Amino acid sequence: MYPFTYHKASSIEQAQALLDVSNDSKLLAGGQTLIPTLKQHLASPGTLVDIGKIESLRFIRVEKANVVIGAATPHAQVANDKNLVQKIPALASLVGKIGDPHVRNVGTIGGSVANNDPAADYPAACLALGATIRTDKRSISADDFFTGLFETALVEQEIIVEVAFPVPALAAYEKFPNPASRYALVGVFVAQVEAGVRVAVTGAGANGVFRMTEMESALVNDWSADALEGILPSVDSLLSDLHGAADYRAHLINVMAKRAIAQTC
Amino acid sequence: MSGTGIGARIERTEDKRFITGNGRYTDDINLPGQVYACFVRSPHAHAKITDIDVKEALALEGVVKIFTGKDMEADGLGGLICGWMVTSKDGEPMKAGEHPPLASECVRYVGDCVAVVIGESREVARLGAEAVSVSYEELDAVVEPAQAQNQNAPKVHDGIDKNLCFHWQLGDKDATDAAFDKAAHVTRLDIVNNRLIPNAIEPRAALGDYNPGSGDYTLYTTSQNPHVERLVLSAFVGIAPEHKLRVVSPDVGGGFGSKIFVYAEETACLWAAGKIRRPVKWTAERSESFLADAHGRDHVTHAELALDSDGRFLALRAHTVANLGAYLSTFSSSVPTYLYGTLLSGQYDIGAIHVEVEGVYTHTAPVDAYRGAGRPEATFVVERLVECAARETNKDPVELRKKNFITKFPHQTPVILNYDIGDYNACINRAVEMIDYKGFDERRKGSQTKGKLRGIGFSTYIEACGLAPSSAAGSLGAGVGLWESAEVRVNPTGNVEVLTGAHSHGQGHETSFAQLVSERLTIPIEDITIVHGDTASVQFGMGTYGSRSAAVGMSAIDGALDKVIAKAKRIAAHILEVQPDDIELADAAFRIKGTNKFIPWGELALNAYTAHKFSTDEIEPGLKETTFYDPTNFTFPAGCHICELEVDTQTGCVEIVDYVAVDDFGTIINPMIVEGQVHGGILQGIGQALLENGIYDVESGQLVTGSYMDYTMPRAHDAPPLRLDFTKTPAPSNPLGIKGCGEAGAIAAPAAVLNALTSAIGHEGISMPATPAKVWRSIQT
Repeated sequence: MYPFTYHKASSIEQAQALLDVSNDSKLLAGGQTLIPTLKQHLASPGTLVDIGKIESLRFIRVEKANVVIGAATPHAQVANDKNLVQKIPALASLVGKIGDPHVRNVGTIGGSVANNDPAADYPAACLALGATIRTDKRSISADDFFTGLFETALVEQEIIVEVAFPVPALAAYEKFPNPASRYALVGVFVAQVEAGVRVAVTGAGANGVFRMTEMESALVNDWSADALEGILPSVDSLLSDLHGAADYRAHLINVMAKRAIAQTC
Repeated sequence: MSGTGIGARIERTEDKRFITGNGRYTDDINLPGQVYACFVRSPHAHAKITDIDVKEALALEGVVKIFTGKDMEADGLGGLICGWMVTSKDGEPMKAGEHPPLASECVRYVGDCVAVVIGESREVARLGAEAVSVSYEELDAVVEPAQAQNQNAPKVHDGIDKNLCFHWQLGDKDATDAAFDKAAHVTRLDIVNNRLIPNAIEPRAALGDYNPGSGDYTLYTTSQNPHVERLVLSAFVGIAPEHKLRVVSPDVGGGFGSKIFVYAEETACLWAAGKIRRPVKWTAERSESFLADAHGRDHVTHAELALDSDGRFLALRAHTVANLGAYLSTFSSSVPTYLYGTLLSGQYDIGAIHVEVEGVYTHTAPVDAYRGAGRPEATFVVERLVECAARETNKDPVELRKKNFITKFPHQTPVILNYDIGDYNACINRAVEMIDYKGFDERRKGSQTKGKLRGIGFSTYIEACGLAPSSAAGSLGAGVGLWESAEVRVNPTGNVEVLTGAHSHGQGHETSFAQLVSERLTIPIEDITIVHGDTASVQFGMGTYGSRSAAVGMSAIDGALDKVIAKAKRIAAHILEVQPDDIELADAAFRIKGTNKFIPWGELALNAYTAHKFSTDEIEPGLKETTFYDPTNFTFPAGCHICELEVDTQTGCVEIVDYVAVDDFGTIINPMIVEGQVHGGILQGIGQALLENGIYDVESGQLVTGSYMDYTMPRAHDAPPLRLDFTKTPAPSNPLGIKGCGEAGAIAAPAAVLNALTSAIGHEGISMPATPAKVWRSIQT
């Protein structure tokens, strides 16, 4: 790593103050993406402000019809939370399959959502459940939050505080892992929430996580795997790489969506 | 005998230190005044170096020194060598391109070393390496051998036409063609044997040290054969004379062949240590391992099998293009030739065989031996051909194999090797029984009802191990003998040190070798230490590869034990006043046969050193013996692996649902260790078949699969249930009857898996690795 100054923040306010001090600072949460990037000399921030240890950001609580997860809550804690397992088992299950035990013990929801890796799992859950990303400045709906590959609606120095997930009537996630990295080659999250039927796809979109509205329309009338027969996204909108060409990914989106629906039936 | 001798399933004595974090690997060794090396590597696949500007880097605080290829040349150092001469079919010797440790004129693959920056810390060295400014004139690169053979393709080495290092052949072409002419059926296959990147868990590392007082050099490094490393660095590279160079290879975390070779990095560290008179350490980062460890396999082959109307194999012919990479690595020329062509008879009586191999340079990392080395490639050719021949002629694959098995020994194949013993029917019969071959059709129907395709595939492999009778190896072009040495030192207190030229880097030698000693000397295994991996302790040795350490290395120990026991009996006879023939060694005591008069083992050992009770005119004091053992033949481990798998037609995912391996390794010392070797080998074979692929971008020559994000290493998740059994025909070519087991799994598995997969999907048009995407595409109609 290139040399940098490390600050461990104990509160959001302190983190904000530390960010103000330097103009080449970067937020560090669980570090599961940032630390390897630093090790490879692919980034050289002058200052790291660690918000991963802020106690007040590590929680999972039920708030009316939502489950709210603090930004610094590690995946392992989320996956094993009794309330979450009961209220949104599909989300707990998704989180339990992120990376490996090491990653899950260190990686955080805030870090994952802010990074918006096009193959990450969390963005699919956020989008399909219609989550709200609450920052130190405002609340942003998932529909507005994920704006492109590794791009979000977050502005400079904005810090995610928590993510609120509406409790769905039904939900399921099916992931087809990239054989090498085990990130999602295709991941499909299906949900029935108050706002309606929502289907979100990760791993495959050329612009990151996206909703499959055609599948949503089909499922509104007929919540069954059969209803999805033949519904494929356009290959033009999909990633293509050595692990899967766009047409294979398109096909897998359909297969994974059907399998997700089958889980709920 | 206690339960620690030959055949005992005892836990590995070395594991305690490994699993408690007390292993001592090269990177664990630190010396006073140590500095760190970081290599400036080529970002281009092919370029001329027009300038290297080190000013900015040298100005960085903590950068100690920077060396380039010109500095090494100026010091008169030689290049890295290939130790196996292959002669082309026109009689020309292979064309070995120059291989300077640090490139000074031209870089030939992404990762080629250009300069070494030495700094007070790893980070400083790395910052220094980034600050070195190398000016390149980029040139076109070629990474595919087929394209490299075009007349107008970019040349990897000046003066080597069509990038052809050698065009080698083996076997009788006329006899083979004649047999094909009268064949009732010919099976033809085009085969790609994918490039593999070794990925030992411990990356390569080196620590060079120089003693200005004595002029002695020491190199600590991750080597499978420290004596050969020393020989090359002294006799060919010329860093120090052999007696002034000590090479220590301490605990090593896996090699799989990739640590046999002498690389640029340890060469540079050792030499630089002498120049700056400080210890110089380098430990590869994983990304460097991907780029610059010697890769494995990478063959493209067209193969044909001729059968008569009865299904007998008449002849086999193959044409292989082998990608050698940018430089000849230490033993790379032997892998696609003598370790490959000689195995094309498989377990079968085939009248005529002819193979041609073109070894081609490309702008990729050097390719050399990787677990199995040539033999997996041969097995894949033979076993895919046989399975396809059975399908094309509507014969049962088991029956077709049995019809053609060699059953009389010794058997001279048409491709040099003389098989001394084996029972191939015993293996296949047991394997077929274990997998319940008869029940396969029912199981296939069951899979169909779940919407899955089920297949079964066989691989009856053979390998030539126990490398090797030295004169035979020499006649085939080896630059070294392939015997092994051993020294057994009985200490005055009765415990025993065994020095071996074999090197353990995961194989468990410290346990299995000690088991032999415990068995022969009838002493507890706790009283035995196996010493290896240090040229200052062990007189000489050829190291560990080619499944040779038990067959050759333990045979050497056995020979030294013979001498120790004979001498000890002479001493015992003196003391007990009988003839040596009257003495027997049992239960850790030398006893007069048929009496209760004896000398305990420890007392005898002490007497050997006090030398009070025998005439030193007749018997020298001490109890220490050395043997150099040269085997009389290769050994021929063989077996039958059967894979059963299911294909998810919706995703293309392949799940191996059952895998049976029945191997004949001759005598087995520790069944648990042998099973572990087979498990690991099979997993690497499954990795090749379904997961792993070293891919270079055709345009840029960049390594596309340069990390675990893109290179699919097998994981626990990918390990199917493995069911093993063994048959036994002891090898007649060594006193212990051992054949070797280290590579069998990696040799057998790829063909078993692909034969099963093609059986499931109903066509042969799929190549390794059969990834889900590839399988899915192959079954779209």
